[in-house]
Amino acid sequence: MSKMFLRATLVAAIIGVAPALAADISGAGATFPYPIYAKWADSYKTQTGNGLNYQSIGSGGGIKQIIANTVTFGATDKPLKAEELEKNGLVQWPQVMGGIVPIINIEGVASEQLVLDGTALAKIFLGEIKTWNDPAIVKLNPNLKLSDTPIAVVHRSDGSGTTFNFTDYLAKVSADWKSKVGSDAAVEWPVGLAAKGNEGVANTVTNTKGSIGYVEYAFAKQNKIAFADLVNKDGKRVAPTMDAFQAAAANADWANAPGYYQILTNQPGEKSWPITAATFILVHKQPTDTAAVGEALKFFDWAFKNGAKEAEALDYIPMPDNVIGMIRTTWATEIKGVDGKLVFQGN
Amino acid sequence: MTEAVLSDHVKAGGARARALKGFKLGDVAFHVVTKSSAIAVLLLLGGVIVSLIHGSAPALGQFGFAFLTSQAWNPVTEQFGAAPAIYGTLVTSFLALLIAAPMGFGIAVFLTELCPHVLRRPIGVAIELLAGIPSIIYGIWGMFILAPVLQATLQPWLIAGFADVPVLNDLFAGPPYGIGIATASIILAIMILPLIASISRDVFETVPPVLKEAAYGIGCTKWEVMRSIVAPYTGVGLVGGVMLALGRALGETMAVTFVIGNAHKIHASILGPGTTISATIANEFTEADGAMYTSSLIALGLVLFIITFFVLAASRLLLARIKRQEGR
Repeated sequence: MSKMFLRATLVAAIIGVAPALAADISGAGATFPYPIYAKWADSYKTQTGNGLNYQSIGSGGGIKQIIANTVTFGATDKPLKAEELEKNGLVQWPQVMGGIVPIINIEGVASEQLVLDGTALAKIFLGEIKTWNDPAIVKLNPNLKLSDTPIAVVHRSDGSGTTFNFTDYLAKVSADWKSKVGSDAAVEWPVGLAAKGNEGVANTVTNTKGSIGYVEYAFAKQNKIAFADLVNKDGKRVAPTMDAFQAAAANADWANAPGYYQILTNQPGEKSWPITAATFILVHKQPTDTAAVGEALKFFDWAFKNGAKEAEALDYIPMPDNVIGMIRTTWATEIKGVDGKLVFQGN
Repeated sequence: MTEAVLSDHVKAGGARARALKGFKLGDVAFHVVTKSSAIAVLLLLGGVIVSLIHGSAPALGQFGFAFLTSQAWNPVTEQFGAAPAIYGTLVTSFLALLIAAPMGFGIAVFLTELCPHVLRRPIGVAIELLAGIPSIIYGIWGMFILAPVLQATLQPWLIAGFADVPVLNDLFAGPPYGIGIATASIILAIMILPLIASISRDVFETVPPVLKEAAYGIGCTKWEVMRSIVAPYTGVGLVGGVMLALGRALGETMAVTFVIGNAHKIHASILGPGTTISATIANEFTEADGAMYTSSLIALGLVLFIITFFVLAASRLLLARIKRQEGR
């Protein structure tokens, strides 16, 4: 009891203190792009002196906070549909892209040795494939020695954009998954352990023999966790690499997506990594604090212009130039103050 | 005593009366300070209850009684039910007591009756050290050391061993995750073991030697002395120790959070992942967005408060009954 209240008080204290510490730009949301936003914020501060305060509280929290207008921008891995944007008076755009990879802990199996297809992955997460030497897995990996180790599924315990994209992929490749579980930022998982955040899933997989989980690529790479290859929509085996993420991203048709609503899972193309995802920024169309939103747009514009290298260093994929052009046009035409004056003074 | 004499006395003892007045003032102040401290406890308790009820009102209003029986826990659709957390809290605590109580009594008996003097101190100190380890350390140790070991040894053995036994094969169904309800119970058992052992030891030491010596004198074995003399004499204290341990197990947060698996599901198998009330709150409070989510977590807190209250009340009742029996 006392612990809970201590925690509640701490939380209250942190929330209470945060606005006092916050710089002009404050944002909250997805954990998936947090490493790159933090990196950009750091470089931006050194170059311009303007700080950015980003709280990685999860995509769901980001959406709720921007709707409640407690932050300058919200960030989410789960894009809002055009009608939801309209209803809440929000503008949305993709800021950066990344890949989600299945991570595994099987004795004697290293990165890129195991390959899975969408059906097998869905069956594992449905609890229908229970051991690593299941015929479905052996058929895909005839050269691997797989034992009858039981499979331990690890998923997120919190609402997450990573989960949204991962389950969206499973729903696209498995009719069973679609009807039994569906896709969302949090779903009713049929089996498995739950852990908090990308870090938690990475940790649990590292410590549980025979486990499989899913994390944003950078977490697997930085923690040196073995990951599996996947068979993509074209039936080709692909490894999670920058090239494969970029191939998937290149196929996306941003121009014809109202509100940039675009989910990049299961894209066609021989080289496409099947679980690629964009992460989005949300601001109010008619912000109450135009100065703050103007500063935020300056920051994101700076990131588009100067942030590509840092993004790639952290295994994120920068947006293609033509998409950046479209986003600038969106800023320059849609975001206005109450007086009708444009907020974005770029270009 | 006449008026005159009295006034003489007063005049003569003017300084004394002042001193007495001073003492009286001090007494009153002391009374007020201690009394207000005691009242502060009541106010604090009342404040906690009121704020818990106030905070959980939205969730309880929306879900009603189903909050206690529902297994749903979906932050996205905002459907919340406490059943898996309540189940996990009760089952882990119960299993922990099942493991720790016999062991704790055993340790206490050994230390007070059977142990050679050389060993008595080291074992006693070891128990106290075990009690002093912060719970977060138990959590880390449980996750990084105990869980992988259990996954490789005990759990596959239990699953294979009971595969053909009805009921038990459901209780010990695979796969062996390493972390889960059983692992959390074992960690809890280790954590409450020192509590039970040291209280039982202190209680056993209160048995008058003359009773035990009389029993030995008529030819009782050590086991008979323990069972027929020491155990009945110390019953109240033992139950008290166990109840205290249960209280700690119910509320334990960090260690359990590490090793329970955080799954909002009730599994028939004790090897499966689960969650407890305090683990859920610790895990999710920081990221709980939306009034209904926060309110549901506070409602969980209220449920834990009520469970703890009933455990305490039950232990008091039990103790009172045992005392009455002894009086006869």
